[in-house]
Amino acid sequence: MKLNQISVFLEDKKGRLFEVCSVLGEGGINIRALTIAESRGYGVARMVVDKPDAAMDVLKGKGFVAEKTEIVAVQVADRPGGLASILKILYEKDVNVEYMYGFVEKFSDKALMVFRFENPDEGLAVLSENGVKVLGTKDIVNL
Amino acid sequence: MIWNEKMECSPVEELKNVQSDRLRSIVEYVYRKCPVYTRKLDEAGVSPGSIRSIDQIKQLPFTVKDDLRDNYPFGLFSRGERELAEIHVSSGTTGNPTVVGYTKDDLKLWGEVMARALCCAGAVPGDKIQVAYGYGLFTGGLGCHYGALEMGLTIIPASSGQTKRQLKIMTDFKPRVLACTPSYCLYMAEEAQEIGLDPRSSSWEIGVFGAEPWSEPMRAEIEQTWNMLATDIYGLSEIIGPGVAQECTHKAGLHIFSDVFYPEIIDPKTGKEVGPGEKGELVITTLTKQAIPLLRYRTRDIVGVTYETCRCGRTSPRITKIQGRTDDMIIVRGINVFPSQIEHVLIGIEGTLPHYQLVVDRKSGELDELEVVVEVDPTIFSDEIRKLEGFQQKIRKEIESVLGVAARVRLVEPKTIERSMGKAVRVVDKRAK
Repeated sequence: MKLNQISVFLEDKKGRLFEVCSVLGEGGINIRALTIAESRGYGVARMVVDKPDAAMDVLKGKGFVAEKTEIVAVQVADRPGGLASILKILYEKDVNVEYMYGFVEKFSDKALMVFRFENPDEGLAVLSENGVKVLGTKDIVNL
Repeated sequence: MIWNEKMECSPVEELKNVQSDRLRSIVEYVYRKCPVYTRKLDEAGVSPGSIRSIDQIKQLPFTVKDDLRDNYPFGLFSRGERELAEIHVSSGTTGNPTVVGYTKDDLKLWGEVMARALCCAGAVPGDKIQVAYGYGLFTGGLGCHYGALEMGLTIIPASSGQTKRQLKIMTDFKPRVLACTPSYCLYMAEEAQEIGLDPRSSSWEIGVFGAEPWSEPMRAEIEQTWNMLATDIYGLSEIIGPGVAQECTHKAGLHIFSDVFYPEIIDPKTGKEVGPGEKGELVITTLTKQAIPLLRYRTRDIVGVTYETCRCGRTSPRITKIQGRTDDMIIVRGINVFPSQIEHVLIGIEGTLPHYQLVVDRKSGELDELEVVVEVDPTIFSDEIRKLEGFQQKIRKEIESVLGVAARVRLVEPKTIERSMGKAVRVVDKRAK
């Protein structure tokens, strides 16, 4: 299934990421994966959290611009060529990846990756059809 | 409804006679009562008795803002301090503030022109009006108040600020008319949405918006967001405050009440009248004021004017929305830039107007730099940097193609650009003067 990623606009100012993390922490929200994309003067923090709706509420309440985006989280065999085998499937099926990043935690002996597809439904279908284990909301909460 | 049909719809020739009579009296009056004008008219070689027709107005000297400041506080007054009924002061960012005064008759005049304005916007006696212009030394609040009182509206003198309370007043009392600055009206929409109030279901049907220049796209946004008619009101404290000119429901220019405030449009550089249809600086002569009448006051507002009779029946000339200010205009690398032009570019890109500010700076030995600071809102934001950068790029390119000036675009977090309850701060000039 598809999961919701939260992205937040951050000005390039001291302490802004800290602010986001503490707001989420105070709201009892756990960050499972996080990456930051930077541009000149600003950046976008993207994360997978255990309670995306609650995360949106607390962030908006604090005046942040935040957005939910559909992503797909998958298990990747933690061995050489593990990620390559997944990318090969996507490459062969011509699925466009906007960006991807890894989880902080591991799931048993597998690594976890987040994929942001141009077309999330298509990405999800291709991965499922080819036997890639896709994570659901429960997996994220239980990590 | 037309408040004063006799004056507002009078045949042009009759109006001209009224204007000529009034000009003759006011020139004699200020010459006699105000030493500053005695000197100014003498210096210009104008003998007050020689002014017989409104067409001779061009022979009179201009009055500028510095005349008020230099004669602070009461030097430009034609009446003694004990004859004043009210005094208003506008904060000066540089030097002395501007002081204006009203006799009791002036306050009556203010009520009269503001009543004309409110009628012009579509209000009818018995309507409730929420006056969310600041009350106090600023002329916006009390000016609207006097007009509403004169025409028989029910006044809710909310003054500016305390947005949640404004929204509660609107929800509970259901006023039909709202008077405030256009930027505050949009700000209230943000607040409304935050507290789960649908702006489109508001009781406000008519907005009387002014005290700052605003564009057509901003009007469209207000009308769309609040589901109301947004009309433009024009005024300045030096002339009387709000009530100098007002749009009717046809929204085809602002009717200037020229039987009392006589308009001319001049080229700000040469001081000469511009050709028909051309834009220029609005110059106003107060034809009947007592406490501080002004001859040919240079407003520094850039407008166009039409003398055609409006579909509403009013014969008074109509000025365009303020296109900019001779002093709000910034010159970047020799190119004239008005905030309204940038506003058009921004609205054209996403369909809504984000909060923005123009910052002009010049590092020593370098060229001017124009920076457009834009607050990121949900319509602009994306999780993909590529799209955000694309947005910046688009603004940059548009500005360059429309204005011919290079600009940097900086994206900032929401509500980080200064928002005032009164006027939006659109331009910050950091260059050493």
